[in-house]
Amino acid sequence: MQICRVVGTVVSTQKNRKLHGAKLMLVQPLTLDGEARGVGLLAIDSVGAGVGERVLVVIEGKAAGDALGRKGTAVDAAIIGIVDTIEHDGTA
Amino acid sequence: MQLARVIGEVVASVKDVNLAAATLLVLQPLSASGEPAGRTLVALDSVGAGVGETVFFVRGREAAFPFYPAEPPTDATIVGIVDHWSTE
Repeated sequence: MQICRVVGTVVSTQKNRKLHGAKLMLVQPLTLDGEARGVGLLAIDSVGAGVGERVLVVIEGKAAGDALGRKGTAVDAAIIGIVDTIEHDGTA
Repeated sequence: MQLARVIGEVVASVKDVNLAAATLLVLQPLSASGEPAGRTLVALDSVGAGVGETVFFVRGREAAFPFYPAEPPTDATIVGIVDHWSTE
């Protein structure tokens, strides 16, 4: 999984029918120190995350489909948790 | 998924039989701020996107799901046209 910050939302009325009702959030992967790293991506939100929050994102199709709870949906990333704190020994 | 702009179309008359009815669009992935990010790619279209539109696409095995029960050999498929997106 990746630690990301929710940086925005996406509105799309013309989309795959299985995505209707799914919240589409723009997330930016972060380093452990909170710096942006790499390219932002789009994830469905299954835990009610808000813009600005640090979240845990799974970037794999089957897991994202499971998080959405709809079999056979064309998704490849999902927010699966909201991060409260991160403790690390500073070596990364 | 990732944001992208549709920048072109690929026509291939000789191709895998499972791609017969497919539209092949050229995408430029975008960052959250809308800047081009990463290499262009070719994706199947499942929502009727046109050149110039901002879309989002899915990668991997799930890219074939919108065409169920057909199984086109695709690793990227457009699954939504973006009306607008906001970033902080």
